[in-house]
Amino acid sequence: MDNFTVGVVVFPGSNCDRDVSWALEGCLDIRTKYLWHESSDLSDVDAIVLPGGFSYGDYLRCGAIARFSPLINALDEFVKSGKRVLGICNGFQILTESGFLPGALVANKNLNFICDDVELDIVSSKGGWFKNVDEKQTIKLPIAHGEGRYHCDSDTIKKLVDNELIALRYKNNPNGSSFDIAGITNEKGNVLGLMPHPERACDETIGGTDGLFTLKSLILK
Amino acid sequence: MDQFAVNVFVRLRPSVLDPAGEATKSASIKLGAEGIKSLRIGKMIEVIIEGNGENEVRGKIDLLCDRLFANTVIEDYEYSLEKL
Repeated sequence: MDNFTVGVVVFPGSNCDRDVSWALEGCLDIRTKYLWHESSDLSDVDAIVLPGGFSYGDYLRCGAIARFSPLINALDEFVKSGKRVLGICNGFQILTESGFLPGALVANKNLNFICDDVELDIVSSKGGWFKNVDEKQTIKLPIAHGEGRYHCDSDTIKKLVDNELIALRYKNNPNGSSFDIAGITNEKGNVLGLMPHPERACDETIGGTDGLFTLKSLILK
Repeated sequence: MDQFAVNVFVRLRPSVLDPAGEATKSASIKLGAEGIKSLRIGKMIEVIIEGNGENEVRGKIDLLCDRLFANTVIEDYEYSLEKL
């Protein structure tokens, strides 16, 4: 796995790209490469992270404009080939807007921008995104969002439950998300979108290491 | 080529909670306005567009609404169109 490279996508307005890169390189010794949103050549990366932030200033709707970037257009092929894609916060919003994951993310119920640590239940093992050495079923990760309320219709909830696509649920729902959903995967399991920030929980000195396993799992085949 | 002025209205679907609308409703009541039963906030997008006749322009606007202006998972849209 020496040459395994994770592409970290940079949109105008991304602000967690360097955090993701730091967590992967500094904490996990995994090579990263920044991918400008106008690039559509994904041939030299083995997995991709869509980081948090405010791509295109959140204009129109969060993630709505990013969907039309050349990089997101090229992502379809990448996902179909089975390679792994992780969307964190704004990255999750982009994945729903572009149809890689169902549902949508809308304004928090209390209209506050919520910045907090939250407890999360690991619901599904699909894709192996949360497999940790302690076999923990509950993890703690930071959230920081104004528009993180997951919304979908009841048929979609049923589909998510029946196909074990719900990856994470909030223990104490902070934002009004349907069914306490904090993160979901696609059917294949190679695409994960979540509102919490695993890259901000990769070192004991800054509040825990529960995010390490999710980032580390990017190198899974 | 004809030119059209199009006003697109994008609204949250009735089933989607609108916390900004609720907050504005609450502020409206504090201002002294009585009788407000419901208040929901949407968007209006004004477009000036050229095309060969109304049908072609409607086709373009339908595409824009469906793919960009609204996210049909959470929003409905409608528009009015006026030939300039």
